[in-house]
Formats: sequence, C-alpha cells, structure tokens
Amino acid sequence: MDEKRVMVDVDHVTVRFNLANQKVDNLKEYVIKLMKKELMFQEFLALKDVSFQVLQGEAWGLIGTNGSGKSTMLKAISGILKPYKGSITVNGSVAPLIELGAGFSPDLTARENIYLNGCVLGHTEKFMKEHFDEIVDFAELWDFLDSPLKNFSSGMSARLGFSIATMVKPDILIVDEILAVGDYKFRQKCEARMKELLSGGTTLLYVSHSIEEVKRLCDHAIWIDKGVERMKGEANMVADAYMAAMQM
Amino acid sequence: MNQTKGGLKGFIQEFWKYRDLLKLMVMKDIKLKYRRSFLGYVWSILNPLMIMVIMTMVFSTMFARNIENFPVYLFCGQLLFNFMNSSTHEAINSVNYNAPLLKKTYVPKYIFTVATVTSSAVDLIFSLGALAIVMLVTRAEFTWYILLAPFVLLQLYLFCVGLGLFLAQANVFFRDTQFIYNAVTTAWMYLTPIFYPLESLPEWLIWVVKHCNPMYFYVGQFRDLVYTGTMPGPVILTAGWAAALGMLLVGAWSFSRNQDKFILYI
Repeated sequence: MDEKRVMVDVDHVTVRFNLANQKVDNLKEYVIKLMKKELMFQEFLALKDVSFQVLQGEAWGLIGTNGSGKSTMLKAISGILKPYKGSITVNGSVAPLIELGAGFSPDLTARENIYLNGCVLGHTEKFMKEHFDEIVDFAELWDFLDSPLKNFSSGMSARLGFSIATMVKPDILIVDEILAVGDYKFRQKCEARMKELLSGGTTLLYVSHSIEEVKRLCDHAIWIDKGVERMKGEANMVADAYMAAMQM
Repeated sequence: MNQTKGGLKGFIQEFWKYRDLLKLMVMKDIKLKYRRSFLGYVWSILNPLMIMVIMTMVFSTMFARNIENFPVYLFCGQLLFNFMNSSTHEAINSVNYNAPLLKKTYVPKYIFTVATVTSSAVDLIFSLGALAIVMLVTRAEFTWYILLAPFVLLQLYLFCVGLGLFLAQANVFFRDTQFIYNAVTTAWMYLTPIFYPLESLPEWLIWVVKHCNPMYFYVGQFRDLVYTGTMPGPVILTAGWAAALGMLLVGAWSFSRNQDKFILYI
C-alpha cells in the first residue's frame, strides 16, 4: 500500500483569546483606561499545544464537553482563526460546515442565495450554474426557489446550506454539530451523503455531542478537555474512555 | 488550499478565485437597495437631481453671480463628494456587519469593503446620467475632454477603497471611529469647494485646500474636464494619483496587518 497523504497537519497549536478586550471596544474608553492604567490583558488559551495529523480518507471525531475548544479547533483548521503559536497545514479544498447557510442573505431569494453562498465557498458562478439542479434536487426545494430566504424555516435553510456545501466533492469536510436541525429523513440523507463522500476519499472532521454518531461515522477521534488534548487514536477506544470519564 | 498565502502572488490568486463573489455582492447591494421601490433604478438619477435643484435654489443667490452655469458647477462637486461620503460611511461598517459570516467561514475579509465601495461607484455611474441631463438642459458645452473623466473617477475610486479599508479595520477595534468620522466628513465637506468658488476663501485657507484636501484634487480635475473643458494641470493630476495610490497603500497595509485579529473583536 502506498503512503497516504497528510491532509491536515495540526502542529503544536495554541489559540489565544483576550477576555478583557471584550469590554473596551471604543476609543473613549480605551483612552480613559489607558490614563487610569487599567488596560489589562487577560488572556485565555482556548487550545493549548494540540497536535494531530489527519491522513487522506480518515474520519476524525472531535469530542469533549462544551467550551473545551472543539469548535475553535475546527475554526483554526478552516482558516477563520489564526493560531497564536504552532502551525496548521491543510492540503486540499476545505468545505467548512461550521454553521449551515452562513452568509445567506435573508432578503434574497433561494436561487440568488445558492449562487452567493457557492461563491462564499470559493466557487465560480459558472460552476454553480452547472451544479444548480443537483443542489435543488438534493435540498428538495424546487417549489420555493424564488421566495426570499427569510420566509424559510430553519430546517429548510439548513437543507439548502448542506446541499450547497456537499454538492461538490471537497477534499476535506468539516462538520460542526449541524445535523441537529432538519427532520429525521433529511438527517438520514445527510449521513448517507457524508458516507458517500468518505468512501470517495474525502477526509472528514466531525464535532458532535452524540458519541453514537462519532462511533458510527468516524474511525479516529481526539478528545479535547479544556483546550488540552486528553487522548487520541482509534474512535471506539477514545469514545469509550470519554464516556467512562463522564460517568465518574 | 484554503488559507491565505503570503505575498503578492497569493493575493492575486485569491482575488481571482473570489472574483465572482465580489461581483455577486455588488449586485446584491444594488438589487436590495431598490427592490420593492416603485421607480427602482430611476432613483439613482432622481435623487441627486432633486438635491441639486434644492441646493441650486438655496445657493444660487449667494454665489451664482461669480459662477457661470452654477447647476453644473455644483453638480460636478456634489456627485463626487457624495460618492466619497456614502461609500466610506458604508465601508466603515463593512467588516462589523459581516461578522456572522466571518465567524463561520473563510473569505478574504477585504472583499466586503471593496464590494461596498464598488456598489457605491456603480451608483455614481448611474448618477452621471443626471449630470448629463443637467448639462443638456443648461446647454453646457460638451468637449472631448469629457472622455478623460473616467480616469478621475478611477483615482477617486482607488482613494475611497483605501480610505474604506483603513476605516473598516479601525472600526473593528474602536466602534466610535464612525462617530469621529462623521465629524471629519462634515468639516471636509465645508472645506471642499462644492457650492462656493475656491477664491471666496481666505488666502491661507486656499493654500491648505489646494495642497491638503484630496477631494479638491478630484473635484478640481473633474471640473476642468467636464465644466470648463480644459486639461487639468500637471500638479493637480500628480497630486490626485499620488493621494489615490498613497491612500490605497495605507489602507491595504493597515488592513492586512490587523485582519488576523478581527475575529477576536467582532
């Protein structure tokens, strides 16, 4: 078997937030605090020195409690956040599903939003035209194409968002607890689509609170606890250790 | 590769990749602005015309004696200044307004600022129709020099993109930038000869306006070409390009230097 390509290389990554700056967001307060010498820099490390490598075709689950840094990790990999220390190397196209339909404009129609959202993901307009029918077929929204998106239910726009993001085969799919919306039938459909992408060689990074789903979809997992990596390796093993720790 | 590559080559590649996004965002702005209004795009022409009529009525008694064809004089200044004013005031919030999107997916951040300034520029081009109407009605002289006017508009556009980028990044960190800027543009408007002749200012102020007010460079050049029908002088031409490229450089530099920190503040 030939060597598999490293798709995502997370190398000793630390992500820093400044908690204090949330309060000072205008010049007036900044100057006042500066004069009073109250400008404090209260730092908060959302991720501390986390490393892992994802090979081509692998499916990694990220597990951990709320606020442990899972979503931060995904955002750093998608390029939304820059790590404070360490580096992240990504080889291939990324489809981030941090939230479905990010960038939908409520006043535009579904048709206009498909083009806009496709371009947000880095596709060209021509490319979107070629795949337009596929997207609408998968989302099953032919009847509502020309109504503004603000009239859509959250499930409907989630369906549209998922179809746009997964219509083209990305090298790396990043999914952050999005399947909670949508009805049962559509969730089944999404899971089938993700499995189909996986068997086609797409690499998956998946955050979910449902340990069952992680076990079902992923072959590897990493457990992050308060920004620190607790365990990584084979999915079932990590998931079981996590469950055991939670029940203590 | 999804992440920003450094260097000019990476920048151009990324800009090219997202060119359709820029186009669609400009079209979205224009579409939404006039959607569900009875007259639609006609407003782009009607709105400046109405303001021009009012301002002509107000100011013609004060300055018209010194200025030949006051409506065209006024309109040349007003269209350009309005474009600068509205495009930068919209650009200042362009990053903040798009925070939900920036938190959830990777897109080059400057694209929002460039898109807002560009859609204002499209509006300006529509309003040039109003200027043409005024020139026809007042029987102003059309000369070949008018064909050079797009170069002046290009300078102004680059200047506004630069200023917009600078303001947008500052407003991420300090939300009161927009209020300070409100005061700045008010002063700026009175220091630009839009509805009065430059000569009516005191001597020292004329010097300041002629040397330090970029809007004077653009309004001056534009009036030379469209209103008087002469070639702009070399000084004002050089100053116009220098201010445009300088501002673009300052804007792009400050924006790219700080853009990685935006996510922590929006």
